[in-house]
Amino acid sequence: MLGLGLIAGGVWSGQNLNPLPIDASTNAPIYDELFKVLFTIGIILFVGMLGLVVFSLIKFRRRPGDSGDGIALEGNLPLEILWTAVPAVVVLFVGLYSYDIYERMGGMQPLSHGGHNEKSIEVEQKIWGGIGSKETSFTNSSDKTISPLPVEVTAMQFAFLFHYPKGDIISGELHVPSGQPVTMKMISKDVIHAFWVPEFRLKQDVIPGQTTILNFTPTKPGRYPIICAELCGPYHGGMRSTVVVEDPDSYEAWFKQNAKEEETPLQS
Amino acid sequence: MTIVSSTPNNQEPKSLQPKGWLKYFSFSLDHKVIGIQYLVCGFLFYLIGGALASAIRIELTSPVSDFMPRDIYNQVLTLHGTIMIFLWIVPVVNGAFGNYLIPFYVGARDMAFPRLNAVAFWLIPPAGLMLISSYFITGAAESGWTAYPPLSITTPAAGQIIWILSVLLLGGSSIFGGINFIATILKLRRPNLKLMQLPMYCWAMLGTSILVVLSTPVLAGTLILLSFDIVAHTGFFNPTLGGNVIVYQHLFWFYSHPAVYIMVLPAFGLVSEVLPVHCRKPLFGYTTMVYSIMAIVVLGLVVWAHHMFTSGTPPWMRLFFTIATSFIAVPTGIKFFNWVATLWGGKISLNSAVLFSCGFIINFVLGGITGVALAQVPFDIHVHDTYFVVAHFHYIVYGGSVFVIFSSIYHWYPKFTGRMLDETLGRIHFVITFIGFNLCFAPQHWLGLNGMPRRVAEYDPQFAFVNQLSSVGALLMAISTLPFLWNVISSAFKGPKAGDNPWEALTPEWLTSSPPPVENWDGEAPLVVEPYGYGKKEDQQHSEVTDQSNDFEKTMQKK
Ligand code: HEM
Ligand SMILES: [Cu+2]
Ligand SMILES: [Cu+2]
Repeated sequence: MLGLGLIAGGVWSGQNLNPLPIDASTNAPIYDELFKVLFTIGIILFVGMLGLVVFSLIKFRRRPGDSGDGIALEGNLPLEILWTAVPAVVVLFVGLYSYDIYERMGGMQPLSHGGHNEKSIEVEQKIWGGIGSKETSFTNSSDKTISPLPVEVTAMQFAFLFHYPKGDIISGELHVPSGQPVTMKMISKDVIHAFWVPEFRLKQDVIPGQTTILNFTPTKPGRYPIICAELCGPYHGGMRSTVVVEDPDSYEAWFKQNAKEEETPLQS
Repeated sequence: MTIVSSTPNNQEPKSLQPKGWLKYFSFSLDHKVIGIQYLVCGFLFYLIGGALASAIRIELTSPVSDFMPRDIYNQVLTLHGTIMIFLWIVPVVNGAFGNYLIPFYVGARDMAFPRLNAVAFWLIPPAGLMLISSYFITGAAESGWTAYPPLSITTPAAGQIIWILSVLLLGGSSIFGGINFIATILKLRRPNLKLMQLPMYCWAMLGTSILVVLSTPVLAGTLILLSFDIVAHTGFFNPTLGGNVIVYQHLFWFYSHPAVYIMVLPAFGLVSEVLPVHCRKPLFGYTTMVYSIMAIVVLGLVVWAHHMFTSGTPPWMRLFFTIATSFIAVPTGIKFFNWVATLWGGKISLNSAVLFSCGFIINFVLGGITGVALAQVPFDIHVHDTYFVVAHFHYIVYGGSVFVIFSSIYHWYPKFTGRMLDETLGRIHFVITFIGFNLCFAPQHWLGLNGMPRRVAEYDPQFAFVNQLSSVGALLMAISTLPFLWNVISSAFKGPKAGDNPWEALTPEWLTSSPPPVENWDGEAPLVVEPYGYGKKEDQQHSEVTDQSNDFEKTMQKK
């Protein structure tokens, strides 16, 4: 009875309490799904243990004048097997489930960036960040699929710079059209930084000496903070930028205004 | 037999050593004196680390950086983390309680290598003073307690080098301690005492010491390479010279994840000693407890890269470390269920020791839950290096280890000093600490999820209120130290006499006077084969002791 109530309460709070910021990339709703499950399991476990401890302290407290010992119970094999097996199953479930989430986010796909192996990224392929090979270039193949928008990110103490190879734009803000996959090649000029957009639920370190790659597809127009999440020096807390997700028309306008050469922004 | 009855340090008559309180300032070889030295020294550093934490929390009451300059903030942050880990938790849960208790538990009169033991302790004060004085002389290190290159190579070198030297000294101290514990537990056990009859803290210390001995040298090597990069401009980790910064992270976390267990496994052991005594019940599931400690040791060595999920680790590695880390939850969970089962059906005295132990269980469960969540790569990618992580590890290391240290002080103070602590002050201490701690760190989960990174001196204005809440919690935590300090200091002089065994405990350290004589027991060491035999018939216990050897009867009856 109590247990059922606990589980119901856990499920309810998992569904209804959402402490996360808005979800503005294709990754984010998948993330939030995982979060809900973990939150539910966590609440049930925590409240359950809290209840057990508080209950035991009250129920089994020493009454005044009683100087005897408790029951000489040294263990109970079935019980111990139970609380080895149940957590093992829960953990296994969580692990498999998060593997599934990971795969749906595109984590298991081999990293490719643009046209290195003449393979462009499809919309559904939400390939994640990681260390890319340095020789990857931005020349895109002429595949039928929507080819991702390539951006080169340079992180330095204490700013991000965004370079759009198409149009040769250099910007301090990241402008991306909503619904368009973006593939970023990130390098650092000095120390380790990290590129984090909480609304995208994505983070990737920017590592000196090693190019990292981060791919995402923004979904909701808006201005979101880009935050450096790796201690990089005194002004680390001030190392911020903004990602502007806009509908394709305003993106096009922004692009036209800033492009060095005449070029269409999205097709290659 | 000879090993046990001969005093390891009998070449040097104890009478030559200073008497009274002066002995605590001497190069004493007595494991009890060294234990207290570790404890008091650690606590002094804790006060300094706490003052630094207060400075951090004051800075963070407003979104702008206005309380101290930004580079000073990073120095304060680095000192805080380093002091709390290397000068407070590690020396106290291992060195202090380990030295005091382990020889009692194995029935020895001292540690296996008393001189090495004293050296291990006396490395700590100079290392700590060096670290702290660097702040005043050259400016302290400012790359965080993780000292990731290339930041640690490009920030001012003097402070960073002093940081490396003092961490090396502290690591050395830790290794000496670890070797000593392993030798003592395995080799100095009195005859007829089997491994599976040892109190749980011995197992915890055996596991911890294995971790210390295996992983600390890796940290030492890494830091030495880092110092070459800094002073000799070698290129191990310096990308401009072809070095690899990720390699440093692997090496660093190969030590520093086990370091987390070096901070909590002994705490697990201490709780296992405290709870049965005050619940008047045997420790539930002794054997599974032992196996789960060993499982944690093994798994603890293969999970380090969960700190590097955003560093660009390849997918297979991300998955491997997710699974390995998640599975640590199983042996850890077993321990928690067993402690709750120990409470169940007991006759629990709700004293300060029990309150802090139960506070530990509650806090640590929450820290463990967020830990399993963080182990999931897709989850961690969002919250890594944010305040969510700050909340998580403070639930582990403060809600876990520090609560246990307090619990243990309340439990063993009568043994250390022969006097009782004041219960009322103890409970006040618990209530303020528990509220303050949760107020300080629970809201930080929300901060991290919503976009506040860690190690920042300034943040977005919408986070101001929650940060102020957190700072109020920190203030409560600072205040909670006062009743504690007053309690331990005043009780040392005018606390009621404790008697030998005020808790009527069964473990060997209580079967002697309080404080114990230099040789631990006047007669031969008692053989305690059932350290948790509460609730069994009194005479039955007795006969087990007397069965083994009649010599001990005398000692037992004196209690
Ligand atoms: C007295 C109460 C404490 C308070 C109020 C407190 C507060 C803080 C704060 C505000 C930070 C900065 C977080 C960041 O920006 O990344 C921090 C970092 C840290 N704290 Fe504590 N802390 C306390 C106790 C402890 C204890 C007992 C430990 C024991 C190990 C500890 C270990 C750390 C570590 C390892 C860091 C990370 C330092 C770094 O980033 O280099 N803290 N703490
Ligand atoms: Cu930064
Ligand atoms: Cu770890």
